[in-house]
Amino acid sequence: MTAGVDAADGVDAADGVAGVDGVDGVDGVAGVDGLVVVRPGPLTTVQDLGRRGVAHLGVPRAGAVDEPALRAANRLLGNEPGAAALETTLGGVALRALRPLLVAVTGAPCPVRVDGRPAAWGAPVPVPAGSVLDVGAATAGVRAYLAVAGGIAVPPVLGSRSADLLSGLGPAPLSAGDRLPVGPRPPRRATPELVPLPAPPGELVLRLRPGPRADWFAPDALARLARDTYRVSPAANRIALRTEGPPLVRARDGELPSEGMVLGAVQVPPDGLPVVFLADHPTTGGYPVVGVVPVADLAAAAQARPGTPLRFTVLPG
Amino acid sequence: MTAGGAAGGTDDRAGDPAGEGPGPVLRPVGERALLVELPDAAEVTALYGWLRERQSTGELPPVEEIVPAAHTVLLDGVADVPALARLLRTARPDRATTAAGPLVEVPTVYDGADLAEVAARWGVPPEEAVRIHTAPEYVVAFCGFAPGFGYLTGLPARYEVPRRATPRSAVPAGSVALAGPYTGVYPRSSPGGWQLLGRTALPLWDTARTPAALLAPGTRVRFTPVRAGSR
Repeated sequence: MTAGVDAADGVDAADGVAGVDGVDGVDGVAGVDGLVVVRPGPLTTVQDLGRRGVAHLGVPRAGAVDEPALRAANRLLGNEPGAAALETTLGGVALRALRPLLVAVTGAPCPVRVDGRPAAWGAPVPVPAGSVLDVGAATAGVRAYLAVAGGIAVPPVLGSRSADLLSGLGPAPLSAGDRLPVGPRPPRRATPELVPLPAPPGELVLRLRPGPRADWFAPDALARLARDTYRVSPAANRIALRTEGPPLVRARDGELPSEGMVLGAVQVPPDGLPVVFLADHPTTGGYPVVGVVPVADLAAAAQARPGTPLRFTVLPG
Repeated sequence: MTAGGAAGGTDDRAGDPAGEGPGPVLRPVGERALLVELPDAAEVTALYGWLRERQSTGELPPVEEIVPAAHTVLLDGVADVPALARLLRTARPDRATTAAGPLVEVPTVYDGADLAEVAARWGVPPEEAVRIHTAPEYVVAFCGFAPGFGYLTGLPARYEVPRRATPRSAVPAGSVALAGPYTGVYPRSSPGGWQLLGRTALPLWDTARTPAALLAPGTRVRFTPVRAGSR
């Protein structure tokens, strides 16, 4: 961190120290910097519940890939369920608080430290002005969610603060030195209970509802899909969970005319390996969709590391 | 198929009590979406307009997304799939009565890198290719590929051209291009394999503007030739 940024931190921190009431007054103005990025980690993005009602313009939905974890982090702080938070990827993130903040980390289990001292995961953690909050590398799973009371208050784009890595909408992934505005702290509520969070899976099991293009595959393709074991590919990202395993056999060649795609769609490109669409999936596509994974199963998909064994169970069509 | 029954089957040709010919094919997509298959792009535009009209008057059961595409309309985030399926069975969108979308004029400098090649494919000189391309009124059939990228139909089928064998790594923003039955305008610089006819200075996509996309499904479009340097 540069001396200049430190000096700026000092000023903001001094404002924070001047009085919590005064800070609350300032909080009422949208876009007051609350955090500065010390270590961005491999890929850290701002995410909320994503964009709705704009798919017909070619705009992906984006939003947290592990949505229950985002909601849990917000619940711990009394935030609105869809308040924007930070989504980390494997390596965590570190930020300096520019004023006193309350934060919570959920999703992938990971060490949480404030100025080097261990702090709670999955519970509200106060961070004094000037302190460094360090979210360490995930000990399991992929994506941790760091929520701040008041939410990350970057300007919304098309109704959402989410970074969309397919089309580049919303804030860019964090870089060192970035300053993040934090919204006004929500009214205090009774201390929430610890939120139960599912452990990241050692084996990923995804249910699959066949269609709309199951008829593009060999008659036994679904039965084989249910019998075979796949692995999560290292190429998995926010757009899609890619897989490695036996290719699905097509009953017909070629591409479909482009058609609309949904979250959880299992698209099968020419290499025959199923691709499960996640938050940043394209709105239309031309490869046939053999089936759709229910949204309830996608949080586990979001936390499955490359190499995790993957099985599909086929629901009645 | 058990997803509400009404949307049942992977090839449920909807009933036709009124005897007006078969309704659209409905395909369930997971548990909260329906894909409506239609014979052609014009039917897609008509159904899309019909659905948006009903949505604006509150006659459409709640849906989060209505996504037209080449031969389909996807309804996603559907609260009540059977109710929507029932409505779609009775849908008889009429191309003639569906309200026409807004008209956008796209001033275009026809100096694209592929203009000569496209003209040669059409067997005409480049200036005649410009006349051919500026003659029709187009309609945005659907968007995709990138935010605000519209697939425009309206050019007669005999002028279809293939994509370039090797896509360009960077097509400049504002490029007016052709591929297959579609014309498109690149809303921003991106890789692309379409044949470049020209360029426009019109900002097609601006998230600071309402609406962000100049070309939304149903929008009518005319290309008007302008000289380089003019607007």
